[in-house]
Amino acid sequence: MNLPVIIKFVIDLLAVLLLALGIKGLSKVKSARDANRLAAFAMSLSVVGLLSYYLGTSGIAIQSWIWIIIGSIIGSLFGAILAKKVPMTSMPETVALFNGCGGMSSLLVALGVAIFPISGGQENLDFFKSLINEVSISVSIFVGAITFTGSIVAMAKLQGWLSTPGWTQSKVRHFVNIVFAVASLIAFFDLINGNTSSIWLLVIVSSLLGIGVTLPIGGADMPVVISLLNSYSGIAAAAAGFVVDSQLLIVAGAMVGAAGLILTQVMCKGMNRSLVSVLFGGSLSAQSTASSGSGEYTNITSCSVEECALTLEAANKVIIVPGYGLAVAQAQHTLREVTKKLEQNGIEVVYAIHPVAGRMPGHMNVLLAEADVPYEQLKEMDVVNPDFPATDVVLVLGANDVVNPQAKNDSSSPLYGMPVLDVQEARTVFVIKRGMSAGYSGIKNDLFDLPNTSMVFGDAKKVLNDLIGELKDLGVGEK
Amino acid sequence: MSFISLLWVLLLGSLLGLELIGKVPPTLHTPLMSGANAISGITMLAALTLIVKAEGNIPLLIIGSVSLGFALFNVVGGFFVTDRMLAMFSRKPSNKK
Repeated sequence: MNLPVIIKFVIDLLAVLLLALGIKGLSKVKSARDANRLAAFAMSLSVVGLLSYYLGTSGIAIQSWIWIIIGSIIGSLFGAILAKKVPMTSMPETVALFNGCGGMSSLLVALGVAIFPISGGQENLDFFKSLINEVSISVSIFVGAITFTGSIVAMAKLQGWLSTPGWTQSKVRHFVNIVFAVASLIAFFDLINGNTSSIWLLVIVSSLLGIGVTLPIGGADMPVVISLLNSYSGIAAAAAGFVVDSQLLIVAGAMVGAAGLILTQVMCKGMNRSLVSVLFGGSLSAQSTASSGSGEYTNITSCSVEECALTLEAANKVIIVPGYGLAVAQAQHTLREVTKKLEQNGIEVVYAIHPVAGRMPGHMNVLLAEADVPYEQLKEMDVVNPDFPATDVVLVLGANDVVNPQAKNDSSSPLYGMPVLDVQEARTVFVIKRGMSAGYSGIKNDLFDLPNTSMVFGDAKKVLNDLIGELKDLGVGEK
Repeated sequence: MSFISLLWVLLLGSLLGLELIGKVPPTLHTPLMSGANAISGITMLAALTLIVKAEGNIPLLIIGSVSLGFALFNVVGGFFVTDRMLAMFSRKPSNKK
């Protein structure tokens, strides 16, 4: 063992250790930020390790440096700009986009190696070695392509650029996807048999498979899919590690792949969905149309902002239930203004955070933290549910499915069994909503029909602004 | 490095990954996903290897460079955006609990 090898080995070992500590630290609130930086440091360390190894052994040609610099600058620049500019509300699609690009990178590496065999090795490979080589190239392309197209479809759906086509909700989609899967398998075996041109077939059908699998999945389940695709991109990286013979890549890729799988499982539990039903069940709304025809509302009470303000003024305890609509309207800061006024009047205000409030688990916490809501006022579902009977007013802001009592009462509902916030137990419930449209699940919300529920129609931000005005007129929070 | 030892590396890496995340508070799901996602951009090392070993093969250099760009987009963007999210949790001194 010469010096460059030893140095690289030590650096790689250190990088793996730091990456593992980084992932671990990211799962605790206290250490998360430092852990993220630690992981970023470990990544830069691994690059230094790799480059110094080549400098110490074969050397790096000027031409290579040029292409390295071009690629790094362009990629980093776009990444940094997007990360700085993107609004917090569109976090899920941003993660999906980043993730897709990671998959694309693994795919390109494998493709490059397959078309232009790296010099100094390919000729003297024995049969076993070249087989391994082809298998890892195929896996890298297959998983990389699925990750890329799947993530892009997920992003497009979350952005609203793409809706769910009708045919993808029928059984046809399983047939189509099976065809793609079988075609990938054929291309794979053809490739191993030495038919290099079938690599393009593999690229195409695995890309199509990624689209075909993601397209039928409804918006509410998208976070789970993104998490799963994130796990895939780890697997793709590990496969690329086999292609270029890098242990560090294999360890890091396997770590992300496995950790992503666990995270996916945790998320599924939070949403009371099984991974299988997310992947193969289609979107929830499609299931619901079959199950119940009770789509009509019979007993809607609508009320003005003024009435809402009067009731709030008289309350002792108020619980806010924020949801996706609040995030879309960017109304978290306005909401904070309202609650500040109420607090100044001695009214107890708490935010009830459903595990999947917002667009992704934990998304709502980020948004409210951005608006300076004190951390202690954010209560998780299990903590806050017993408090509802003793609550005077509940304000539901853009949340829908997570406050649907059907999930508890109606065993025929597709939502049945999903953990929900028991807002109907409170004395008065105000639902601030644009119109009567259904939530992500596409299911009628029984809450809206209850006698203690009043609807305040309008854009969340506008309603909250009006509410501030009304509260001011009532002299709330003037002290 | 023999194939068998690479398989061992894969196995142990996976086991480590399974053990790393036990209980994650829902608050951290999004940042954790985003951070892990940034780490999956480690495939940038493969792209670098490709460029270094290309030996003047222009198409290969271009593929490697594009691949490196995609990977770094993932890595740099991923870490920055995660930091932005986590900064919101740590801004208030009151959330130390």
